[in-house]
Amino acid sequence: MTAVPVTLTETTVTISVDGQNVTVPDGASVLDACTAAGVDTPTICYAENLTPVNACRVCVVEMEGSRTLVPSCSRAAEDGMTVQTDTERVRHSRKMVLEFLGSGTDLSQAPDILGWMADYGADPDRYGADRETMDEEVKVQDNLYIRDYDKCVLCYKCVEACGDDAQHTFAIAMSGRGFGNRISTEFDITLPDSACVYCGNCVAVCPTNALQFKTEFDLRQAGNWREEDQDVTRTVCSYCGVGCNLELHTQDERIVKVTSPNDHSVTSGHLCIKGRFGWQYVHGGADD
Amino acid sequence: MTGLDNGARMYAVDPRRTSSSKFADLWLGLELGSDVALANTVGNHIISKGLQNDAFIEHSAQGYAEYVEAVSEYTLERGEALTGVPAAAIAEMAEAYATAEKAQILWTLGITEHHNAVDNVLALCNLALLTGHIGRWGSGLVPLRGQNNVQGGGDMGALPNKLPGFQNVTDPEHRAKFEAVYGVDIPAEDGIHLTLMFEAMERGEINAAYVIGENPADSEADINHARKLLSGLDLLVVQDIFLTRTAELADVVLPASVGWAECEGTVTSSERRVQRVRAAVPPPGEARHDQDIIGELARRMGYDWGHPTSEDLWEELRSLSPLHGGMTYERLESEGGLQWPCPTLDHPGSPFLHGWLWEEDLGGRAPAPFSVVGHQGPKEELTEQFPIRLTTGRSLDMYNTGVQSGGFDSPIRYGEALDINPADAAGLDLVDGEVVLVSSPRGSVEMAVRFQPDIPVGLTFTTFHFPELVDINQLTNDAWDKRSGTAEFKAASIRIDKLAPSTDPDTSELIHA
Repeated sequence: MTAVPVTLTETTVTISVDGQNVTVPDGASVLDACTAAGVDTPTICYAENLTPVNACRVCVVEMEGSRTLVPSCSRAAEDGMTVQTDTERVRHSRKMVLEFLGSGTDLSQAPDILGWMADYGADPDRYGADRETMDEEVKVQDNLYIRDYDKCVLCYKCVEACGDDAQHTFAIAMSGRGFGNRISTEFDITLPDSACVYCGNCVAVCPTNALQFKTEFDLRQAGNWREEDQDVTRTVCSYCGVGCNLELHTQDERIVKVTSPNDHSVTSGHLCIKGRFGWQYVHGGADD
Repeated sequence: MTGLDNGARMYAVDPRRTSSSKFADLWLGLELGSDVALANTVGNHIISKGLQNDAFIEHSAQGYAEYVEAVSEYTLERGEALTGVPAAAIAEMAEAYATAEKAQILWTLGITEHHNAVDNVLALCNLALLTGHIGRWGSGLVPLRGQNNVQGGGDMGALPNKLPGFQNVTDPEHRAKFEAVYGVDIPAEDGIHLTLMFEAMERGEINAAYVIGENPADSEADINHARKLLSGLDLLVVQDIFLTRTAELADVVLPASVGWAECEGTVTSSERRVQRVRAAVPPPGEARHDQDIIGELARRMGYDWGHPTSEDLWEELRSLSPLHGGMTYERLESEGGLQWPCPTLDHPGSPFLHGWLWEEDLGGRAPAPFSVVGHQGPKEELTEQFPIRLTTGRSLDMYNTGVQSGGFDSPIRYGEALDINPADAAGLDLVDGEVVLVSSPRGSVEMAVRFQPDIPVGLTFTTFHFPELVDINQLTNDAWDKRSGTAEFKAASIRIDKLAPSTDPDTSELIHA
């Protein structure tokens, strides 16, 4: 996006996606190649501004010469690769991943995932009504964001955004085992007591609304969260000289949440506490 | 941080051990106000090791011999004595800087809010010239701006001696160009900056002020003095989004709107990137856009400017400022902002400045000058009566006098407190959270102390975000640099006195906002 006078000579690789040859820059992923080929690939743990962690396995493809299915988000495209994205094996694997995630967690606020579940015929209900599901109180510990673990699919994106992919705060990590696996602060202390600096970058990357801005949570509780009536306006944060871009989500002429575009060169979608939450004075501020 | 993850080295120079310094290869905790001494010591060490960039100096700089002579007295030993930084640390940073393929010096108000601010900046410029870390991709001198449009304000001519695009008020050709478009005569002499305005108020030469979007009744150093002067004006007009302390003093308050959420326009970031801001919500009540208010005032004064859009105003600016000539709204939108200079529509913008230093003929310019600057230290010396240093700054979740950032419920906000090293506190027989009387030669405030091991012995720190709780600028020093007009917020001398023992130990009200 930014014009830079010195550029590296770009080399390309060509791979076959579902029989179609696609040319992408060297270093691009198989997922990038699929996207370039116009193939819609489900992803949950992947984000363009985070390092792939291969947690969810929903983006797998079948690759010639590979015994196992390959996660397309993290596998670099190499010249001459041949991948299939729509084989029975791929469809079955994606369906199972989506079905298992849906069987234990609440995906009602993850429209993308619900769409893929329909596409792949994932039916969590076939595991019975008495299947084990997450059932925890929503953690509301401050007025900036909430944690609803019933919705958490353990994709790891929040841990990455808090850690060395963006914020370098390392306030949260994976804890526990098996069904007790949780993203947690150290010793599960409250967020205000933890190392959290409230940049909200974890909230921004969460694919299921398990992490949710308090403003959105309150409006949803009141039955008044109406995404279809919202506008998104791009502007620039006022709090320092970095020039972070903000997307102001507005409903009924009020800001209801703030995000930042992943594709903007200045901060790639990441913000600090002031940019993410410091807008409330526009509407007169919080009582405090 | 990505750079550090990729192996970049970082040296943090700050009197306080800040959170940034914890990510650094080395923290150089220098004495308050010893920046020139540190820079000169670094320069002298680079020269003594023969690590200077001789070819660059020969080709692109002048005054080198004088510089070498001037810094020769800043040996590592003297540098350590003046700055309090171990000689080995200074040497390591100097060598790392000089031998790096690319290196940047970044700074903020710790350099510029001093009585010798310009010397501090020049001392850093010297290091860039000495090593050739300037005018190249990835190298340079980077003053980080504290607001989204400090850069843009200057670019647009909100300086007493400049017209938009850094064209000179005193240059008849520059003036004529603007006069032709504006249709009025422009005064041929430079105006005066904020600090001089206060002095002019004191002499009775200024008796009216029109303050837009600033809160000087809370933000100025030696605030009691500033408030007295503002109160003594015949007319004070304040245009702001809130009824700030300054607005409370005003004869007329013009309710404005939020620049980045209720208005169309542009802002310019630290890296000279011009970007669009857009209106997302309408202004409340009777609030209006700044440009409408100014236009309406002009109309009452007999000039009808019509109702130009922000893009109309920008187009006029493009026609007058060569730096911005190539920046249409359409390009700003599609290219994610553009960095000036961007003179023509086919110009990609400029990610860095001063590339001319590397051109064969220096772009027809004179070589860049080294500057001879010496150590002075803070204006206000420590005395028996005021034996402790005070420096002020910001915290992560707050902003300036808190008018804006006070509007959200931050879980990491701790209110106002005087950070002090536990050893100093023990010497004064204080307990953590105790409310004390803090005094400088200009005033006294009551505030709680907060034990903070990252603060060096002899230094105290507080933010200035909660003037309604602690009026800290009663203490700060308004001694200012005659060249930049900036006051020495960063270094005052204070004393700490215990309050009467009957004081209620429950200090929560003072600690928590």
